Amino acid sequence: MRAVRRVTGRAMPLDRADVDTDQIIPAHWLKRVERTGYGAGLFEAWRRDPAFVMNDPRYAGATILVAGANFGSGSSREHAVWALEEAGFRAVIAPSLADIFRANCLKSGLVPVELDADAVTTLLRLVERDPRAEISVDVEARTVEAPGVHASFALDDHSRTRLLEGLDDIAVTLAHADEVTRYESTRATWLPSLRD
Amino acid sequence: MVATVKRTLAEKVWDRHVVRRAAGEPDLLYIDLHLVHEVTSPQAFEGLRLAHRTVRRPDLTLSTMDHNVPTTIATPADDTSLKQMDAMARNAREFGIRLFPMGAPEQGIVHVISPQLGLTEPGMTIVCGDSHTSTHGAFGAIAFGIGTSEVEHVLATQTLWAKRPGTMAVTVEGALPPGVWAKDVILGIIARIGVSGGVGAVIEYRGSAIRALSMEGRMTICNMSIEAGARAGMVAPDETTYAYVEKRKHAPKGSEWERALDDWRALPTDDGARFDREVRIDASELRPYVSWGTNPSQTVTIDGRVPDPDALEPAQREAAGRALSYMDLRPGTAMRDITVDAVFLGSCTNARIEDLRVAGDVVRGRKVRSGVRALVVPGSMVVKAQAEREGLDRVFRDAGFEWRDAGCSMCLGMNPDILGPGERCASTSNRNFEGRQGPGGRTHLVSPAVAAATAIAGHFALPEDLS
Repeated sequence: MRAVRRVTGRAMPLDRADVDTDQIIPAHWLKRVERTGYGAGLFEAWRRDPAFVMNDPRYAGATILVAGANFGSGSSREHAVWALEEAGFRAVIAPSLADIFRANCLKSGLVPVELDADAVTTLLRLVERDPRAEISVDVEARTVEAPGVHASFALDDHSRTRLLEGLDDIAVTLAHADEVTRYESTRATWLPSLRD
Repeated sequence: MVATVKRTLAEKVWDRHVVRRAAGEPDLLYIDLHLVHEVTSPQAFEGLRLAHRTVRRPDLTLSTMDHNVPTTIATPADDTSLKQMDAMARNAREFGIRLFPMGAPEQGIVHVISPQLGLTEPGMTIVCGDSHTSTHGAFGAIAFGIGTSEVEHVLATQTLWAKRPGTMAVTVEGALPPGVWAKDVILGIIARIGVSGGVGAVIEYRGSAIRALSMEGRMTICNMSIEAGARAGMVAPDETTYAYVEKRKHAPKGSEWERALDDWRALPTDDGARFDREVRIDASELRPYVSWGTNPSQTVTIDGRVPDPDALEPAQREAAGRALSYMDLRPGTAMRDITVDAVFLGSCTNARIEDLRVAGDVVRGRKVRSGVRALVVPGSMVVKAQAEREGLDRVFRDAGFEWRDAGCSMCLGMNPDILGPGERCASTSNRNFEGRQGPGGRTHLVSPAVAAATAIAGHFALPEDLS
């Protein structure tokens, strides 16, 4: 995973609630076996509408997506995170993120930021008014700074360290292999196994 | 006597799977069963290969092909899908994982086959790279969907880092009115709590209406927990659960069965345990639901009409307006006046044998309305074989339904079964998102009974509406 300390850049406003992962990346993209090549599928259906915000050249190069509540709901597809990253996004700010989407962000290094609804509305209005406005997401301090906004967001220490250091999650866990083995020795004998 | 801490079912199951708990960390949770399918796993296996890692517990890992398999030889898989299925077969071979590939008698939708095999049991932790893993919570297991990075993590370590979720009780008391099925119960719950009403929590479904349901009905309800945003859904195990699990292939046998039962009987939520949030629903007020919009909370009862966005809460107006425009519906239209182009009876929500029986009873001796394309896609090849033993294939075929092999099929449009742009479908699946069943397709979520009646009538209908 790529280490990320701070994301500073322009933002794209997507003022809709309940944006599901089928909209972020439609299912036909999921037939691929590769981990890259999803950027062109980001919001594929909505992008056919010339008025969709992604088609507004003023937001080209945005690295932060500011969205409505419950962003990333629905399917567990991590491809949604990969598509956002390939399209250049490094952080997503919303009043709330769907549970699985948020977990996927943390695995991939896309910074998930949940702020109170008023702060998100302020950010949306700011970048709608001034597409060149910069937002700064500080992972270490767990804060978001922008003209008129100074907000903190929740991020547990463990996840923060992983983002800051770009740690390989599996390597971290394998360091606890003894504890896993110890746990396994206590598992009930009736639990099902494919060996049976 | 020492006062014991009162715990919920979810807390008990979670706590017994904690491998490591330390301040500032999520819990390291042990996973009892990892279900794998072709779509969200190839990048995970590739990650293992690149890092020279192995699968820690192939004996706790089961794979199948379901998402993009064709369900009829008339429409073969495209090259990209074939490549993905080949990758699943190669990965299963290379890493020593049991696979039920296309064509195998045990093949089917991952959330249908695991309970059938007796692999889904009370008190377990179960994950899969699929959000509808919540289905398995019907047995009193903690079961939830994960992304591909987490799939790789579970393959390598048999564990996951996860924060203990919050608790939420949804209690449905009373008797369900005739014609109201498990699907209507969960659509009614989502209508009440919304698509993010369960975020961060495990919902425990409780109450006499839930207790009265079969395991298949409970699976339908837990399946759509994710549609309320919940981390998982659960039902406490009881005699109905034990009767379903007993004697299945992987169920405990002999004295092990007795020991398992003793353990499972201690799982239900303690009297006096507190939930973070509680919602109560009167079963007698539930009716068959039909969705009108583009998320599963945008529903009305079949007696209702397409709502006027201006009459909704301000927060919902804009989304409702956008949904009606996508769905090409006018406010005030009676749901029964909406005609359909297609009917899909399938998916991990509603493609088990009881679903097919209910639908079969409705269509028996009747004909699908001319111009309506109607599909039955059983949830597994085992369900298909069972239905054929009962003669249900004849019932559906005689009525004009297509009778297919098992797979996810038109639920998510990854195989050739998709809606054309603008086509309208009554679907027993779980998501009515824009383009879910094919670009431009319009999905209305319904129960198997309503889907069957709608296929005959050509417009949304109840079985009793049919002449």
